[in-house]
Amino acid sequence: MCRSSSDRTPLNRRQIFEARQRNRSIVIAGLSTIAFVLILYLAVPLAPGWERVKASFFNGEIFVKTFPTLLEAFLLDIAIFAWSAPLIALVGLLIALCRSTNAPALFPLRIFGALYVDIFRGVPVVLVIYLIGFGVPGLGLPRPWNSPYIWGTVALVLTYSAYVAEILRSGIESIHPSQRSAAICLGLSERDAMRYVILPQAVRRVVPANMNMFVALQKDVALLSFIGPVEILRQAGIYKSLLANFTPYVAAAVIFLAVTIPATRYADYLLSRERNDRS
Amino acid sequence: MTEVKLKLSGVTKAFGKQPVLQGIDLDIAESEMVCLIGPSGSGKSTLLRCMNLLEPIDDGVIHLDGVDISEPGLDLRPIRRQIGIVFQSFNLFPHLSAMDNVLLAPLRVLGKSKANADGQARELFTRFGLANEMHKYPDQLSGGQQQRVAVIRALAMQPQIMLFDEITSALDPELVEEVLDVLRQLRDAGMTMVLATHEMGFARELADRVCFLDQGKIVEQGPPDVIFAAPKHQRTRTFLKSVLR
Repeated sequence: MCRSSSDRTPLNRRQIFEARQRNRSIVIAGLSTIAFVLILYLAVPLAPGWERVKASFFNGEIFVKTFPTLLEAFLLDIAIFAWSAPLIALVGLLIALCRSTNAPALFPLRIFGALYVDIFRGVPVVLVIYLIGFGVPGLGLPRPWNSPYIWGTVALVLTYSAYVAEILRSGIESIHPSQRSAAICLGLSERDAMRYVILPQAVRRVVPANMNMFVALQKDVALLSFIGPVEILRQAGIYKSLLANFTPYVAAAVIFLAVTIPATRYADYLLSRERNDRS
Repeated sequence: MTEVKLKLSGVTKAFGKQPVLQGIDLDIAESEMVCLIGPSGSGKSTLLRCMNLLEPIDDGVIHLDGVDISEPGLDLRPIRRQIGIVFQSFNLFPHLSAMDNVLLAPLRVLGKSKANADGQARELFTRFGLANEMHKYPDQLSGGQQQRVAVIRALAMQPQIMLFDEITSALDPELVEEVLDVLRQLRDAGMTMVLATHEMGFARELADRVCFLDQGKIVEQGPPDVIFAAPKHQRTRTFLKSVLR
């Protein structure tokens, strides 16, 4: 806090004590990390199959050769993500509003919202992708309506918007009822109170939680490989069969991590900032 | 004090089985300032919230300018516009600047033009000494400033009556006076006002009439001089003794 002043004035005994404690912690953490890495480095190659694993998972030559094509295939993942995310946000918002309504005429909507959320949160993503991705085109739809891109996207949107809807709804419910009262007292209708007062606050509050959903979506886009599109996971699979080597999978993982780690960190940062704001 | 602005007759209200208001009769004249005093839980806040129909009343009638506004099933929005209310906890919209807090209802409810509403809002901010604060957000304002913004927000709807629900109770002591000053200004401008308050000195200074509530009933009412100097009822005396000390 007052580094500049501590340069000039001698440290008091509390500061000396804390500095010593700090140094001690740093030394211990450093030593234990070095020991841990050393053990891993020495112990893993002792495993009987290490040489084979090293050759088939960490083959540098194959890594370099397949990386550019995998990166290109990853663009397809990004494209699917890019058109799915806004759709998910939109459908999620609609479902959340359905579930937050009180008007008796909209009761069917409320039931629909609840059912929707229950179903799509209750079924594994892969299963939804299989059922919709193979099921709907199976109806014999003409091109381009039998495209796995369309129905794969639909499956992702259905599943993820159920989660996003629940997050948004919890945001809406976290806004204190006095905000609604204040809006109503000014003569605003229920709809305008939701639109101008409650929703803007609710959406802001759940941005970090939704960020985490979108990081998860970025990974789950790869599940579409099961129904056709040659995106990164599928491309890595093709290489695996072609080269009889698993290194392309490791390369694909590296590419995913390059995107998801920064995104997760950013979401965590938003979350902690939100927490600090509120306390 | 000629015309009756707001007339309550036999108003009752219960939360579940708990009676909160037990037959309130109260006439509030145009430009009158009425202070509701009484122990916590006596029904002051609920009475205010029933006056602007935020809480539906169980029984009784409320007339505004001679029109029955307590008829069940009535569209409440045009009525609420005419009755402004300010809460103890300010309830400003935290995502909007002070200015946008004030503009929201005139724009969305009254359908005013941006220029028109903006001009009127600026006038109010200036009048209540917040001209430099109007583009700040609620969390950048002191409690006293926030509460003044809340008053301005209610006034921007040009209400006929203003209700104040213990608006200084959540404030630090040194900020109370700036909010009370706003009330003094409104009083001078002839606004019809009903206040639930713990500020006895203020009630004594400015109120036309003081009503003492206890257990959901108006026990005693009259000019502040009479109520504070010579209360008739034992309960009023006990209460005043405990708060004035």
